Amino acid sequence: MAQPVEIPPDPTAAVQAAEAEVPPALIAQTLGEYARAWIGRMRGGDIGVLPVVVGLVAIMVVFEIISPNHVFLHADNLVNLFEQSAVFMVLAMAETFALILGEIDLSIGYLGACGAVIAVQLVQPVTTNWPWWAAIVAALAACALAGAIQGTIITRLGIPSFIVTLAGYLIFNGVMLILLLLGPFSGYPNLASADTNVQVLYNLMAGTIDPTISWIGMGVVVVGIGGLMWFGDARRRRAGLVAPPPSLTLLKIGLIAAAGIVVVAICNINRANIGVLAGVPWVVPIVLAVLAAWTILLERTKYGRYVYAIGGNPEAARRAGINVSLIVTIAFALCSMTAGIGVILYASYIGGMSNNVQGGQLVLFAVAAAVIGGTSLFGGRGKAMHGVLGGLVIGGIYNGMYLQSLDVQRIFIVTGLVLLAAVSIDALSRRGKVNFPGGRR
Amino acid sequence: MPPRDVRGGIFFLGSRMTKMAQVAEPLLKVRGVDKHFGAVQALYGVDLDLPAGKITALCGDNGAGKSVFTKCISGVYQPDHGEVFWEGQPVHIHNTRDASRLGIETVYQDLALCDNLDIVQNMFLGRERLSRYLLDEDDMERAAAQTLASLKVTTVRSIRQPVASLSGGQRQSVAISKAVMWNSKLVIMDEPTAALGVVQTGMVLGLLKRLRDRGLAVMVISHNLNDVFEVADRVAILYLGRMVIQDDISNFDRQRVVEYMTTGGKGMKAAGN
Repeated sequence: MAQPVEIPPDPTAAVQAAEAEVPPALIAQTLGEYARAWIGRMRGGDIGVLPVVVGLVAIMVVFEIISPNHVFLHADNLVNLFEQSAVFMVLAMAETFALILGEIDLSIGYLGACGAVIAVQLVQPVTTNWPWWAAIVAALAACALAGAIQGTIITRLGIPSFIVTLAGYLIFNGVMLILLLLGPFSGYPNLASADTNVQVLYNLMAGTIDPTISWIGMGVVVVGIGGLMWFGDARRRRAGLVAPPPSLTLLKIGLIAAAGIVVVAICNINRANIGVLAGVPWVVPIVLAVLAAWTILLERTKYGRYVYAIGGNPEAARRAGINVSLIVTIAFALCSMTAGIGVILYASYIGGMSNNVQGGQLVLFAVAAAVIGGTSLFGGRGKAMHGVLGGLVIGGIYNGMYLQSLDVQRIFIVTGLVLLAAVSIDALSRRGKVNFPGGRR
Repeated sequence: MPPRDVRGGIFFLGSRMTKMAQVAEPLLKVRGVDKHFGAVQALYGVDLDLPAGKITALCGDNGAGKSVFTKCISGVYQPDHGEVFWEGQPVHIHNTRDASRLGIETVYQDLALCDNLDIVQNMFLGRERLSRYLLDEDDMERAAAQTLASLKVTTVRSIRQPVASLSGGQRQSVAISKAVMWNSKLVIMDEPTAALGVVQTGMVLGLLKRLRDRGLAVMVISHNLNDVFEVADRVAILYLGRMVIQDDISNFDRQRVVEYMTTGGKGMKAAGN
């Protein structure tokens, strides 16, 4: 269908001449053509994940060289790095919902923190003593509700999301402090307890899966994803639809398998100084589950399609009969709920909640991670996967500078500069698009 | 065949009645449409026939009421008075959804495409096909490819390329194909060639002719008399909210059209006298 067909001479125009004007072929049958089309897209402004991959490699090389005793790439540090990054990853995936719409949510740090405090408070044995799953469900429901309220204000009153969520930032900071003081504790509620129910939350982040089961689980996931990709692409190729060449599909599956093997291999190295600590931490499957859920929602459902459409052209979406207000409100609810997951992981990492949680910093890192990963600040472009990659970059910088015993002010400055660089790349690539519609020259 | 949309019962009734009635009945017949905004009267008793298989050019100077009239047909505005007949049956078009249900699709000047979505995604926006709760991309891609091929929109290399990467004429073609996709019977186009170069204009005009040859009624709003005389079968001219003349293009020359657009035909009568 995409092949130019010989057109009968039309008295109205030199249609054949128009064909010469067509942008470089984006349809590609071989790996080489695909690579060329990819380069063409990048020059057209769609830079994709290239900067973040380059950034990740640079971070690994630089910090491995300069870290004391070259500990950066040691198994224990890499696992720790992933655990730190996981919070940024999940928060960045949350922020992705707002960013694709061309909005921003500044409240998710403290809003998510409110959710985490609710979860931590509800499982305390001396007070409510809720089962861990009920506490998490209640916390996430509260976050979603708060997000939906913010979304409703943004859509129904037409106030910019920046202002509404800036107010939310302050409000939820206050709410979090109030929630922290509930309960008959001296100090703040924490998760360090002999109670097995509380320990589930404590182990969300760092509790390990048995090494053998880690391998089996990884195999199942890789075979499952690889099978879906292979048979899906093969079906589309047979039907004559636009599909990548088999070599590219195999390459992608190979990369996923390699990543899975590397992650499990690193996690299964004993990383304890005394005794044995090995296996994939629970946070890995949790992050993967969030990634899978939001990837499917955004790329395979009507809802996700509408989110992209609104981000690209809200007026077109409205004319297509899409209920823009409803979609945006739901997006803010999902954003806040995901933020709840992120900060619950954070609570698990630090073993409780306290007034030390830096909600503002978490938000900025989340936005930075999403944008560094390739999500546009200007709406219409972004994926859940971008949040994961960008979160790894932020986590890598944070962890690497921490290993240098650099104080927090320098970490702030460097992270800020990285964010500025990422946003600049985003803005420049966008300008390239505007200047050269079609990405031709 | 383009994919069929789900139709309401009223539509089927209307379609059957037409077959029993007359072939000569125009697809859309508008009689005595008035529209005012506050103290400003925009349309005075406008009549218009849009027959199937014909391209009707709606001409008029700025402020003649072309856009208001178009919006009255496409359901954006409600006329204050007047009747609209669709296939001979009186209809009330309350909103754009009613219009789509009847088979009226409007291609706006700004095209209403999402730059970040690809061609297939744009063509199905708002009417996605699902299989087991997920988007049925294969089915949608096949149907979109079929529609584009049937309209000979072949300069697009991949229907999976984002609309941002298309030229102006290609974007217009996609917007028109999107309108045709839904088994529409009347396609209204607002200045389809306004922003296009010569070659691209030719491409779009060729597409309009193919729609006509398929038996669709096409209404084109245009300032460009070259385009009007290139493709139109009929010309209707609005002047200060009144329909001053509508007739076959063979009864017009450029001079006459310009006279009607600028003076409402008063000059013509004077000249005739």
